[in-house]
Amino acid sequence: MPIKLVFLGRLEDLAGAAERAVDAAASLDDVLAGLEPELASALRGERIKLAVNGHVVAASAVSLADGDELAFLPPVSGG
Amino acid sequence: MACDVRLLEAPFDPAAELAAFTARQAEAGGIASFLGQVRSGGGVEALERRHYAPLTLPGMAALAASALARWELQGVLIIHRSGEMLPAEPIVLVAAAARHRRDAFAAAEFAMDHLKGESWFWKREKVAGAWSWIEPRTVDFEDLKRWA
Repeated sequence: MPIKLVFLGRLEDLAGAAERAVDAAASLDDVLAGLEPELASALRGERIKLAVNGHVVAASAVSLADGDELAFLPPVSGG
Repeated sequence: MACDVRLLEAPFDPAAELAAFTARQAEAGGIASFLGQVRSGGGVEALERRHYAPLTLPGMAALAASALARWELQGVLIIHRSGEMLPAEPIVLVAAAARHRRDAFAAAEFAMDHLKGESWFWKREKVAGAWSWIEPRTVDFEDLKRWA
């Protein structure tokens, strides 16, 4: 099963869609290696937070399995 | 119900919501509320708030729970819109009911500062027919520090 990437906020414009399915990968580096360089660079930004299956995790702690959902969360603006 | 926390995809009536909340707070001596709405002007035709379902509502519920734990409150109301909104439409309504006013004021402000600075929402606005994402303001993060 592929991994589902979710792009929030301005990252959606960069990625060209709110979601994208990519081939199964184990780590964040593996996922980013398969993306366009400009997009991968933006997703590595230090202010981008990550969530795997709805739980926020550190970039170094991302460990993916088939069918997982990996969300990229830029700085928020609510209220 | 002490906490009423909702994420809405459609417009809501803040006066009716506040009246309903107040009706449940007979033991409160005071209720402080804040209503945020879409500003008119600046050529803004519409504003959109996006959310991420697995995180946004759970985060709002945790925020209400932490306000309840921090002050002596009878109840907390947090309603936040998602989706597209027009100028003058309500975006967010926060209310805190307490026996004493200072707890109500503080809890409402605490909730708003955290909604602004760390809740899972992303904002874009439409000007002259074109949408653009709005980056958070530094002051929104500064506002959070005083609650640390």
